[in-house]
Amino acid sequence: MTAVLEDAPRVLSQTLTPGDRSFRGLVTGIGLFVLILTGAIGAFLGYQAIPTLRHYGLAFFTETQWLPQQDILGIAAVLVGTVEVAVIALLIGFPLALATALYISEYAPVRLRSTLVALIDLMAAVPSIIYGLWGFFLLQPHAIHVARWLAQYAGWVPFFHVDTDPGSATWAQTKFTASAFIAGVVVAMMVVPLACAVMRGVFSQAPLGEREAALALGSTKWGMIRTVVIPFGQGGIIGGTMLALGRALGETVAVLLIISPAFDIKPNVLEVGTETISALIAGLFGEASSSQLSALLTAGFFLFLLTLFVNTVAAVFVNRSRSGASTEI
Amino acid sequence: MTTVARSETATPLATAVADTPRTIATRSFDDRAAWLTSMAGAAALVWFAFGLLGWSGKVGFTLLWFVVYLAMYATVTALSHPRPVVIERMVAAVVAGGAAVVGFALATTLVYTFAKGAAALGHTNFYLQDAAGVRPTAGLDHGGILHAITGSAIQVGIALVISLPLGFGTAVYMTEVGGRAAKTVRTVVEAMTALPDVLAGLFTYATLVLVLHFDRTGFVAAVSLAVTMIPIVARSAEVALRVVPGGLREASLALGASQWQTVRRVVLPTAKAGLATSLILGIARIAGETAPLLIVSGASTYQNTNPFTDPMNSLPLYIFSAVRSGQPNAIARGFGAAAVLLALVTILFVIARVLARPKSGRR
Repeated sequence: MTAVLEDAPRVLSQTLTPGDRSFRGLVTGIGLFVLILTGAIGAFLGYQAIPTLRHYGLAFFTETQWLPQQDILGIAAVLVGTVEVAVIALLIGFPLALATALYISEYAPVRLRSTLVALIDLMAAVPSIIYGLWGFFLLQPHAIHVARWLAQYAGWVPFFHVDTDPGSATWAQTKFTASAFIAGVVVAMMVVPLACAVMRGVFSQAPLGEREAALALGSTKWGMIRTVVIPFGQGGIIGGTMLALGRALGETVAVLLIISPAFDIKPNVLEVGTETISALIAGLFGEASSSQLSALLTAGFFLFLLTLFVNTVAAVFVNRSRSGASTEI
Repeated sequence: MTTVARSETATPLATAVADTPRTIATRSFDDRAAWLTSMAGAAALVWFAFGLLGWSGKVGFTLLWFVVYLAMYATVTALSHPRPVVIERMVAAVVAGGAAVVGFALATTLVYTFAKGAAALGHTNFYLQDAAGVRPTAGLDHGGILHAITGSAIQVGIALVISLPLGFGTAVYMTEVGGRAAKTVRTVVEAMTALPDVLAGLFTYATLVLVLHFDRTGFVAAVSLAVTMIPIVARSAEVALRVVPGGLREASLALGASQWQTVRRVVLPTAKAGLATSLILGIARIAGETAPLLIVSGASTYQNTNPFTDPMNSLPLYIFSAVRSGQPNAIARGFGAAAVLLALVTILFVIARVLARPKSGRR
């Protein structure tokens, strides 16, 4: 009698070679280091913020003025200013980004498409200080006319009110310059390529079969976009817009070049003067004393929390709309 | 799809019928006339209204013209077409209009910077001298931006040395090692790419200057640039590594290669072009980064090639202080420096594009 040979599975060894183990260890270490670096940014800013928060208490969030010499300061006004500029930028930038993304992925001639994509990427690569120069020297003289028009005919809306007579023949031009509105327009130009690139990316992934099915059923092009492309690209639209919002909240140099500082909570965005957290930090850092530094770092900490929240939400949306983790052949 | 038979023996009549493809989409004379006359009519009406009401401004004129044009075009289309066609045309007009606004903004940005910078760019001393002892009011044939160009080059170089291994290492970790922690790293890195640049400066200041007592030298400025650059490089390098086909990795492993050998000899060489692109785009981004430098960098007016002692100037910082001085000649020099910076970024961008161009024509 011979013993029946059982089909025993071979034991596979899962141990890595020493070389591989050190390789994996090294890149894991680098990855975690970068993760810690982000954590460290928050931790350091948070640590620097403690003395300021202890000193001013809750008044730090309700005080509008920024007068370190008199020991009165708070971020209420700059926080409102930051949000105002970002919201204006999105109100202008979102439709433009959506239209541009749709144009490139759906309407533009196929031959032009890759060139247009490259141009949008180039627009994203243009340094923010160049947009600042553009906004200050070229856009502002034109934008004040639009601001005046809005103030003249929509001045009864609190947002558009300006404390002057916009209808008079010699209107006070300086009342309309350096406003949150103009800063918002410039920031809009900077966030458009960012949002547009994300949106266009997901639009171009909309399944061809469904597009053709919609068209074959007699849909117009817009009908196809409305029922196939936009529902498919929803995650990208939301994610791209959130990324743009995060960028708009933190934009520094272009805003700093354009606005003239004003520390009060005001809804009238067309009027001269506003302030954002990032512009405040960049503008006052040079000649700040040590207690003032601590206050600026605290303001930076809250900007950090705000943008980190917005950006993480955006990243979750963008990741969800993305296809598989790797390409197979 | 129709296939056309090209036979020599076919009768002339049959060939003629088979060879003429049907035109699927076309604009009739009516459609074209409606489009053009709406444009012209709207322009005339708005011009008239502006004169009547005493309004001003080219931007307002264009905006109002567009609105009136849409209304006219919709009305004219509605006379001869059903509702879906009217909506279709309105949407197409709005989408094209939005894209045109963005294109116009980009074009004016590029043209305006070079046009205003042309005055300073014409002088050779602008590229060959530094600004030591040059007053803001001095003529354009005095002084230059050599110190700013050198400073930018040195700072970007140091930032590159720091962020290249960290950025690529993170990308390799996210694609090759993976796991739950890698997912967290990816989400955080993605969030960090849009983190305000001014905070990179604040962080560097809080750690290097406040805690470790560094001076505000070129090196500290370079570190703040590296903090900005790492997530950008890591994210785009990860995208480049992810499109390396998984089959290539498996083939390499099946041949007995270790994971390190697979990464070094298969994955990285395959993604070479994409990695180079991510690096160049990162350089283009930090070359124009101004906000962190306003915080951590001092500004010198003279040539300084040592990143560890004394302040160092850089192009963005030079532009910022020049245009803020209010002196016409200083502003002209600032625009000259801006044109140099923009040209530099554009060149880097074009190199990145050429490298990234897929060989098989896939996009």
